Amino acid sequence: MTSKPSTLYEKIWDAHVVETRDDGTSLIFIDRHLVHEVTSPQAFEALRLAGRPVRRPDLTLAVPDHNLPTTPRLNPDGTRIPIADPQSAAQLEALENNAPAFGIRYIDASAAEQGIVHVVGPEQGFSLPGSTIVCGDSHTAAHGGVGALAFGIGTSEVEHVLATQTLLLKRSKTMEVRVTGTLGPGVTSKDLILHIVGVVGTAGGTGHVIEYRGEVFENMSVESRLTVCNMSIEAGARAGLIAPDETTFAYLKGRPLSPSGENWDKAVAWWKTLQTDDGAVFDKTVHIDAADVEPTITWGTSPEDTAPIGGNVPDPASFADPTKQEAAAKSLEYMGLAPGQKLSEVEVQNIFIGSCTNSRIEDLRAAAEVLRGRKKAANVKWAIVVPGSGLVKMQAEEEGLDIVFKDAGLEWREPGCSACLGMNPDKVPPGERCASTSNRNFVGRQGPGARTHLMSPAMAAAATVTGRLTDVRELVK
Amino acid sequence: MDAVSTVQGRAIPFGAKNVDTDVIIPAAWLKTISREGLGKGAFETIRSNPDNIFDSAEFSGAPILIAGDNFGCGSSREHAAWALLDLGIKAVIAPSFSDIFAGNAFKNGIVTVELPQEQIDRLMEVAATDPVTIDLENQTVTTPFQDRFTFEMDPFRKRCLSEGLDEVGLTLTRDQSITEYEKRQADTLPWLAQGTGKAA
Ligand code: SF4
Repeated sequence: MTSKPSTLYEKIWDAHVVETRDDGTSLIFIDRHLVHEVTSPQAFEALRLAGRPVRRPDLTLAVPDHNLPTTPRLNPDGTRIPIADPQSAAQLEALENNAPAFGIRYIDASAAEQGIVHVVGPEQGFSLPGSTIVCGDSHTAAHGGVGALAFGIGTSEVEHVLATQTLLLKRSKTMEVRVTGTLGPGVTSKDLILHIVGVVGTAGGTGHVIEYRGEVFENMSVESRLTVCNMSIEAGARAGLIAPDETTFAYLKGRPLSPSGENWDKAVAWWKTLQTDDGAVFDKTVHIDAADVEPTITWGTSPEDTAPIGGNVPDPASFADPTKQEAAAKSLEYMGLAPGQKLSEVEVQNIFIGSCTNSRIEDLRAAAEVLRGRKKAANVKWAIVVPGSGLVKMQAEEEGLDIVFKDAGLEWREPGCSACLGMNPDKVPPGERCASTSNRNFVGRQGPGARTHLMSPAMAAAATVTGRLTDVRELVK
Repeated sequence: MDAVSTVQGRAIPFGAKNVDTDVIIPAAWLKTISREGLGKGAFETIRSNPDNIFDSAEFSGAPILIAGDNFGCGSSREHAAWALLDLGIKAVIAPSFSDIFAGNAFKNGIVTVELPQEQIDRLMEVAATDPVTIDLENQTVTTPFQDRFTFEMDPFRKRCLSEGLDEVGLTLTRDQSITEYEKRQADTLPWLAQGTGKAA
C-alpha cells in the first residue's frame, strides 16, 4: 500500500501491473476479455498461423451481436433460420467455430443470454468492480459503470490478449468530471452524458481515463451508470469509471458469474477500498452543474454537437473556431437542417430504441412509460425497439412492455447491435432522419446518408408519438 | 510486421479534422474475416465523388497521408488501419490522433507522426506539388525545400517499427512474470480467476 492518495484508476492499474519496463510502459494483466464476431476473426487466424493457444480461455467470453439480424432466429420447430447475407453468415460462423476450437465459452445467437457484449458482461456478473476488461469495441468503456477499468482495443490487441492475457500499456492521465446538484425532472443519464460530451468535446478526453464523481452518479442505478460510462469514448477518453458502492454490490449479487460464498465477502471487502482517496490529484477536472442539463439531443454529425431540446439549430458563424464553423456548416448540410431552425420542429421518419447505450430494462421501461396508450405518428415510417439481451427481452415481456410497444406501432425485435451501426439489415434510409438512443451520429453511421439525432429512450419515445424532435416533458408531466 | 526506417514519397494533403473511423472505412466493410482488400472501401463516401483527392492520378500510390486534428476518432476497428495499408499508406501526419487508432496503426507498421498545426499547414502546401520524407531514426519530417520538423515518438514503438518486432512474440517471452502475477492474483483476488467458470 502506498501512502500517497490515489485515484480509483491508479488503484486498479496498480493492482494489475505484471511488470513495468524501462521505457515507462507496463504489462497489464487483463481479467476479462469479451469477444464478438466482427473484430476477432483475424486475431484467431493469426493465432492459428503462429500455432499459439489462448492463454486463459476461462477469462474470455464470446457472444455474437454486431452482425446478427434482429429478426426471429429460430423456426417454430427450433431449427435455425439461416442468415441471408453470406458475408455476415461467414463471420458469425467463424466465431461459432473459433470459440470452441480455442476452448472459449460461447453464447449462441439463439440463447436467452445472448445480447450486446456490453449488456451481457455486467448482466452475467462477468464484469466486476476493480477488474480490467477489454473487448474489440470502443464502447467497452461502458463496463466502467460497475467500477471496472474497461476499454476498447483493436484486433492486434485482441490477438495479444488472447495469446498472453496482458496488454502493454502506458498509464493514462486522469480526468475528473464532477457533477454537482441534482438532475431536473425528465432529465436522464443519457441527457447528462450527451451534455458532458458537448462540454468536453470529442477530443477533450484523449489520453485520459475519466472518473465521474458527485452525488448525481452516487444516486444513479447501475444501468444509468453504464449509459454514462459507455459514451466516455465520445469524449475522447478510452475509459470512464464510477466508483463501486452498495448499489453496485446489490446489482451484482447472485448474477451467474459473480463471486459467491466466501469469495463474495472477500470481493466486497476489496471493492469497498476502490474509491478515489481524499487529496488525490487529477490531471484535469471539469465541473458541471446538474441544474444546467436539459433533455439533450444532437443536431450534427459529431457527438459533441449537442443542444437542449428547447434550443435551435446553431448558426455555424456563431462558433469562434473557424474549423468548427466549417465542420458545423458541413454537418448542417448533411443533416438537412437550417441555422436557427427550432429543434422541436424537426420531423423524424425513423425511431431506434436500442444499442449498448440504452437497451437495458430501465431504458425500455422509460420508453414504454411515454408510449403507454399512445400511437406512433403517421409520418414515422419505421420504429423499432431492440432489447440489449435475451434476458432483457424476457424481463420486458414479463412486464408487458412488448405489448405497449406493439400497441403503439413499434416493432419488437431480437437482441443485437441493430441500427446502431450500418452493418446488419437494420439501417436508416438515405436522407431520412432517425431519433436514436445509440451513441454515434457520424456521417453514414446508421446507413449511407442516414441522419441521426442522439437522445434518451424517453425522448425517442416522445419523438415516436409526435413525429418530430420533442421535449418529453410536454408529454409526461 | 516489416521493419520501417523511412517513408518517402508523395503525401496526400487531405487535411480534414476529426476524421472518424466510419469515414475511413464504413461498417459495411467490416464483415470480412481477412485483413486484405479493404482499400476499396477506404474513404468510400468521399470517393463517391469522382473528383476526390484519393483517386487523383497525382496521388496514386502516395505513401503518406496528411490530416487534421483527432484523426481516427470513433470506433476501435483495426479495419481502418488495414484499409489505409491496402490503399498504400505507410504513414499519417496529423496534429493529433485518437488513442485507439494510433495503437492500431502502429501494430500494422503505419507510422503516426504528430506535428503542430503550423507545420502541418506548411506540409500541406509542399505536398500539393512535392514529396515529403519521414525519417524514423532521426524523428524528422523533411521536404525538398529545407523544411525540417522533428517529432516525438514513443521509444518502444520506435524500436518495434524500426526492427519489425512481433509484439505478441515479445510478450510471450515474459511468460514467467505473467504466471507469477496469476499466482499472486489467485491469492489476493481469488474471485477474479474464476472467469466463466470453465477450466483452462
Ligand atoms: S450497440 Fe453499437 S456501440 Fe454498442 S457494441 Fe454494438 S455497435 Fe458497438
